[in-house]
Amino acid sequence: MGDPLGMACSHALASGMGGMRTAGDLVGRMQMTRGMRLQDAKTYVAERLGVGVADLADPITMHEVRRDFGLGRIPVQELTYPTHAGAMEAKFHIAEVLDVPINSVRRFEECAGIRAVAGRPTQGGAL
Amino acid sequence: MTTGQLRADIEAGSELGARRSKAPLLEQAEMDHLLDIFSSEAKFSAVDLGDEVVLSFDGSGNLDSGTRVDELYSYQSHRGADMLELFGIDYSYKAVKTILSYEAQWMKTAQLNLIAPLQYGAMPDLGRYSKPDGPIPNWSELMPLGRIAEAREAQEAAVEHAVADMEFVAEGMWEAGADGMDFDTAGAAGDADFLAALTAIAAIRQKYPDVGIELGMASECVLGMHGQLTYEGSRLAGMWPKDQLRMAEAAGATIFGPAVNVNTTRSVAWNVARACTIIKPCMADARIPVHPNVGMGVGGVPMSPYPPADATSRVSRALVDILKCDGL
Repeated sequence: MGDPLGMACSHALASGMGGMRTAGDLVGRMQMTRGMRLQDAKTYVAERLGVGVADLADPITMHEVRRDFGLGRIPVQELTYPTHAGAMEAKFHIAEVLDVPINSVRRFEECAGIRAVAGRPTQGGAL
Repeated sequence: MTTGQLRADIEAGSELGARRSKAPLLEQAEMDHLLDIFSSEAKFSAVDLGDEVVLSFDGSGNLDSGTRVDELYSYQSHRGADMLELFGIDYSYKAVKTILSYEAQWMKTAQLNLIAPLQYGAMPDLGRYSKPDGPIPNWSELMPLGRIAEAREAQEAAVEHAVADMEFVAEGMWEAGADGMDFDTAGAAGDADFLAALTAIAAIRQKYPDVGIELGMASECVLGMHGQLTYEGSRLAGMWPKDQLRMAEAAGATIFGPAVNVNTTRSVAWNVARACTIIKPCMADARIPVHPNVGMGVGGVPMSPYPPADATSRVSRALVDILKCDGL
């Protein structure tokens, strides 16, 4: 929190991987879900994507890699991607490419009836 | 400040941190590097290319531009967040429990609209369970009266309530599609607060093997409000980050966030040197990612909602360069 320029943007430019501009969200997902330390997570993601570790924070390279794997990109005024994977669609690809379970993808499959789970309602939920 | 004043502050900050936490002083080369960072006249400072780390962005969003999902989207797509966190403004699991269906619906909506990993975050906030806010006798009132045994019993009873609430919220959030849970400012009410977070994490980990769990601390040293509580055979009171990390790993967390609060009467350089000294013993033995907290008033970032970008960036770079941490 705090003012976005003084906090979020300053940290992001000073030391961050770049989030969806690069592969920051992918490396973060391996840390969050698998508890991988930074170098292990970077190496894992780079190998799964077939790029070098140094490429992971390069927005030019990762723009093309994200396009090729359907991992989602940030629409801007000059470039939009209405026919490409976005949001949930991209997370299906991320789960497959990184070979990591994504909870919201599983829930989507269940709620959409793509995958039935014994004992779990396909609509509504536990709440 | 002159270069000499900065050097003196860096040495003094490290010395105090080392003395209090029984950690080694920063090495001379590390203090020299901090001096380079803080004596630069540049408006902005940054890590070297290739040294970038994951930013977990606890409490993503500023509540000033549309809905919380709008804010999360903005953090994902406009502010370079590597991870995101949905949170309620009360930021307490006890409070969230009462509006869980509402919060869980926000989680589902957010998950349908976002790509970056998204966790839900709040505080264990043990104090909320004591009277007049909660059902438990107030241990802060009992202790000054010398009723120590009753104060301890009250905290133990509060732990049970807090654990139940954290498990309840985690279940709802997991069912709604959350990628992870953040137990932030753990230990804010002392060792019982820390124990509640650890106990909840262990239970949640057992129930949901794939859930991400971040444990963020409230301060550098766990206060001994109870004094006798243990986890995995270790006394929690008086723990510094290295042992806090060991507890986080034992409980099943996937990310650990040490916190070192700033002394607002000292310089940013002094505070960063102290924070680096206290956190550094974590790094060599860590088996999970370590993301030092760098919000306003933590880790060396000035205690202001509007910190100067040069100060924030110097702190950000300094912690990554010195600690070789996994994220912030």
